Amino acid sequence: MQPIFEVRNLKRAFGGLAVTNDVSLSMAPGDRVALIGPNGAGKTTFVNLVTGNLAPDSGEVRLNGETVTSIDAIGRVRRGLVRSFQVTRLFLDMTPAEHVALAVLQRDGRSGRLFGNFLAMPDVMDEVGQLLGKLGLRDLMHRKVSEIAYGQQRLLEIAVALALKPKVLLLDEPAAGVPQSDTGRIEQALADLPADLAVLMIEHDMDLVFRFAKRVIVLAAGAIIFDGSPSDVTQDPRVREAYLGSYANASHAA
Amino acid sequence: MSMTTTNDLIAETQGKRRFGASDLIGLGVILALAVVGYFLFPTNLALLTRIIAIALLVLSLDLVTGYCGVATLGHAALFGAGAYAAGIVSAHYGINDPFAMLAFGIAAGAVAGLICGAVILRAHGLPQLVLSIALIHLFHEFANKASSWTGGSDGLSGIAPSALFGLYEFDLWGRTAYVFGVVLLVLVFFVLRLIVRSPFGMLCRAIKEDPIRIRSMGASPKAALMKMYVISGAVAGVGGALNAISTQVVGLDSLSFTMSAESLVMLVLGGTGSLFGALTGTIVFMFFEDVVSAANPFHWLTMVGALLIAVVLFAPKGLYGTAAAFVARRREAK
Ligand SMILES: Nc1ncnc2c1ncn2[C@@H]1O[C@H](COP(=O)(O)OP(=O)(O)OP(=O)(O)O)[C@@H](O)[C@H]1O
Ligand SMILES: [Mg+2]
Repeated sequence: MQPIFEVRNLKRAFGGLAVTNDVSLSMAPGDRVALIGPNGAGKTTFVNLVTGNLAPDSGEVRLNGETVTSIDAIGRVRRGLVRSFQVTRLFLDMTPAEHVALAVLQRDGRSGRLFGNFLAMPDVMDEVGQLLGKLGLRDLMHRKVSEIAYGQQRLLEIAVALALKPKVLLLDEPAAGVPQSDTGRIEQALADLPADLAVLMIEHDMDLVFRFAKRVIVLAAGAIIFDGSPSDVTQDPRVREAYLGSYANASHAA
Repeated sequence: MSMTTTNDLIAETQGKRRFGASDLIGLGVILALAVVGYFLFPTNLALLTRIIAIALLVLSLDLVTGYCGVATLGHAALFGAGAYAAGIVSAHYGINDPFAMLAFGIAAGAVAGLICGAVILRAHGLPQLVLSIALIHLFHEFANKASSWTGGSDGLSGIAPSALFGLYEFDLWGRTAYVFGVVLLVLVFFVLRLIVRSPFGMLCRAIKEDPIRIRSMGASPKAALMKMYVISGAVAGVGGALNAISTQVVGLDSLSFTMSAESLVMLVLGGTGSLFGALTGTIVFMFFEDVVSAANPFHWLTMVGALLIAVVLFAPKGLYGTAAAFVARRREAK
């Protein structure tokens, strides 16, 4: 199958430190990939580079066969490449309903409309209600984001990404900061995603990784040191070595 | 809960919107104030009309500053462009129909908005503020130098609007102009209420909070802000045209840094990010400027200064914003 998302020889250094060091990977529609690696391995930087939030020193990003390296972040989102943020970035003065509605309206090219209110648009409210319901935020939909708990803000971050109906979804530690009791909601929301969507999830919680991923990529010091099946990753000597010390409980969790 | 239908959801949120109700209250308050003003100051309707024109400028500023977070000290450029356009078509081209003059004012305001937006939106924060100051000086200087069109520092005279609908002359007492102004303000206010609650208004609020995040949702902050600048220019153009039609002169002061700065002061005084705030700030400031200065010519500026400091320190959301927040808290406590 033709890859929907392809990265070739991506490089980026910060002051001489190669944070992304010749990374290449490709994903097909329907892929469920986990990207793991010790703290500071360059996982978030990788997401910033491929989404256009950060310019690479060299390398290429392709989306659905098209080279998007010179297209800005907005253009990539419009082509279906959507991310969520590790550190929640939401509009604190706005409500969850407004967040999701804005995403839906933007996706449909209706965010520039000068009249009408989304609260009176049945199709928008339908999606808003469904998505927020799925993530357990429905009762809070009209509260200001600044008034809801951090774990709930994390869930909203995911809801916004999903509302954009991406073709390739990059989730940066979606479960970090979400109470254990609510991570099930994230898993359920991910399980309900369209089968042909390609998802790459950065995650430290190995239980979640093993339940979600059919393929695991390990990044250490900016380079991919493993790309294979979840069952093999714990056996790999290089992975074990990369995690030793920096991430002591990885071998335990695995 | 998950069984609730969309209809329930909409019904459930209907109460939150209070769409018609608060709009009607707002319009009612404006009209009531207009009537009260008419009877309180029957000999000074010109002042009231000027307050309306300035209120349109402050509303326009609120769109880009209050709703979008753009820092500008040059917003009178949009107002002045509208005033000069409406004045010039009348004084030089004999287009004296007030609605035609208004249309030229709106168009010129929108074009000025496009130009200012294109320059100002290239920067953020302090550099943005500096660009806006540079722009208002350029506009001012341009109007000053193009004196064959604008009358330069003598002002543009010879503006002679014909009767409204061919029936109502712009009389010496300013009655027609006042009613014209009130109607324009109500119309603009109504349209702006729609816009700030529309998907576009929501997009702008989001941009104000985090433009990077909005890019990750696929929307271009730049394009949205340009659009808002053009709308804002049209609104300021209404104010400028109203000023030209009602006073029948246009001076360089309508295109000045002072006027830009004062409009920002009025907005902050009333409260940014709210149409009522913009109106409140204008009325209070203009009241001080005119009424209090007449009563106490030596200390009125001191009083305005003290009021401003008090508002910024103790009611940072502005007079209206603070009052509204107080009422909302009371309501929630119940
Ligand atoms: N803008 C920047 N300027 C300089 N250094 C940076 C910048 N962004 C990231 N880095 C550095 O790059 C390295 C990788 O950071 P990155 O955030 O990508 O790691 P990560 O794998 O996402 O880690 P974590 O698991 O903690 O989220 C770190 O050493 C970090 O300090
Ligand atoms: Mg990270």
